[in-house]
Amino acid sequence: MEIKRVVFVGAVMLAASTLALAGPDPRPAGGTISGKVSYEGTPAKMKPIDMSKEPSCAKMYTTPPIAESVVTGPGNVLADVVVYISAGAPDDAAPSTAAVFTQKGCRYIPHVLAFQVNQELKIVNEDQTSHNIHPLPKLNREWNKSQPPGTPPIIEKYDKAEFIPVKCNVHPWMHGNFAVMKNSHYAITGDNGTFTLPNLPPGKYTVTAWQESYGDQSQDVTISGGETKSITFTFKAKPY
Amino acid sequence: MRNITTLKLCLSVASALILPFGAFGQGEQPPAAKPASHMESHIGNLTGHSEQGRELYFRYCWGCHGPHGDGNGENAPYLNILPRNFVAATFKCRSTPTGTLPTDEDLFNSVKRGFNFTNMPSWLALTDQERANLVAFIKTYSPRWVTEKAGTPITVPTEPKLTIESIKHGGELFQKLECWKCHGQEGRGDGPSASTLTDSNDQPIRPYNFTSDNRSKCGRTNQDLYKIFMTGLDGTPMPSFADVVKPEDAWDLVHYLRTLQYNNPSPELTLWESTPEGKAIVAAKQVKETSTGSGIKP
Repeated sequence: MEIKRVVFVGAVMLAASTLALAGPDPRPAGGTISGKVSYEGTPAKMKPIDMSKEPSCAKMYTTPPIAESVVTGPGNVLADVVVYISAGAPDDAAPSTAAVFTQKGCRYIPHVLAFQVNQELKIVNEDQTSHNIHPLPKLNREWNKSQPPGTPPIIEKYDKAEFIPVKCNVHPWMHGNFAVMKNSHYAITGDNGTFTLPNLPPGKYTVTAWQESYGDQSQDVTISGGETKSITFTFKAKPY
Repeated sequence: MRNITTLKLCLSVASALILPFGAFGQGEQPPAAKPASHMESHIGNLTGHSEQGRELYFRYCWGCHGPHGDGNGENAPYLNILPRNFVAATFKCRSTPTGTLPTDEDLFNSVKRGFNFTNMPSWLALTDQERANLVAFIKTYSPRWVTEKAGTPITVPTEPKLTIESIKHGGELFQKLECWKCHGQEGRGDGPSASTLTDSNDQPIRPYNFTSDNRSKCGRTNQDLYKIFMTGLDGTPMPSFADVVKPEDAWDLVHYLRTLQYNNPSPELTLWESTPEGKAIVAAKQVKETSTGSGIKP
């Protein structure tokens, strides 16, 4: 009888916890995947940008800015790398806040903008010159819009996950990237090359790191509870 | 013994079947949508069918556009402006906003009219029904025709009266919208950014030279010109100005652009030259005859 009761109580507890876990997980706590993105080898030297054809932007710089295809930090780390969960997590609904992409000094700020599928993208021109915003997707629709100074922000969104290069045809040195993500688990490394992906329920995840010149790399990580797992990505630098 | 062997066999078969699917289900992109094998086109009262269009395509079109519809026909290596890639389904001459598919009528008109200054000829030699069939057929090359609807055509308001003020205001817009950055101050396609322009396939491309002709890529009429900058030429550096130019201002710009085409008579050019200011500007552009030809502008 005792054993039966224990079994019964155990079964009830199991059922209860299964029910609790069955729906969307309301608990904010979860595991974390964090780490660093580094490079080995010698990256190509980034050249200074010649903005002499656009004096209204050139005058904003005391020294010409350098190109941002590869941004490094102290200790051989890479900045502007998008690190995200590419498998193992369900798709997330888009947040209601807009992701903002600014044209300032004839450059894109930020150089890499990550946001979610169907999240509002707001593009702003803070320069004295006209720009045209020309994202070049392969999966999403390609559009091209002019944005003179003083005109309202351009509001758009993308319905497919993709890494999309962005350019301005008038100012050929302007390059940026949209990283359209399927879920909310993504981060972009800063000058210290580090990233943190928190709030991960237990499961097996594939973490991918993407750099616009070096491509992408993936690793599998399993989270079983509230632990923090640390991983590193190392890209082979290209000399050109 | 037999049971265990059978069990092992079942397990290995099962895992061989399940594991690949498991790997797929780990979150890769779902399979891309496929194009439709049968499509129709609707232009006015005309209905085109892709089955009939196929035969015509492989007679008239595939030499440039390729057997797979991706613009890689055997003639393509010899062409400067490459043939349209129907698989990508990004089209230049539309009545629909940038980033949207053209209407069947846009495609029909493109086939009929051809594309000025390119190797795409006018297909007036075919009948309307044949052209409609071709439009239906090229829609079988891209899944976009299955997953998306064509854009809503923009409204082109009736052209207002042509006045000097309209032309002058158009000139102000040409400066303010910085059209000259690519097209140049005289519209010769020699603006400061002209030499660095690339299309969406990273191929060099030149901006339109207004002084060369009064035809534009997408037609000869003022309405065609209006639609070009109010929808943009998708796939090229030419953006859409629909969000930043009001329709009445757009007409002023059209009137001004016609005065840049100083080699071709037009009501706009005639009116412009009737003013002393306009006459002086146009006269300054024209070739001056000299014995050595040194006064000739490139």
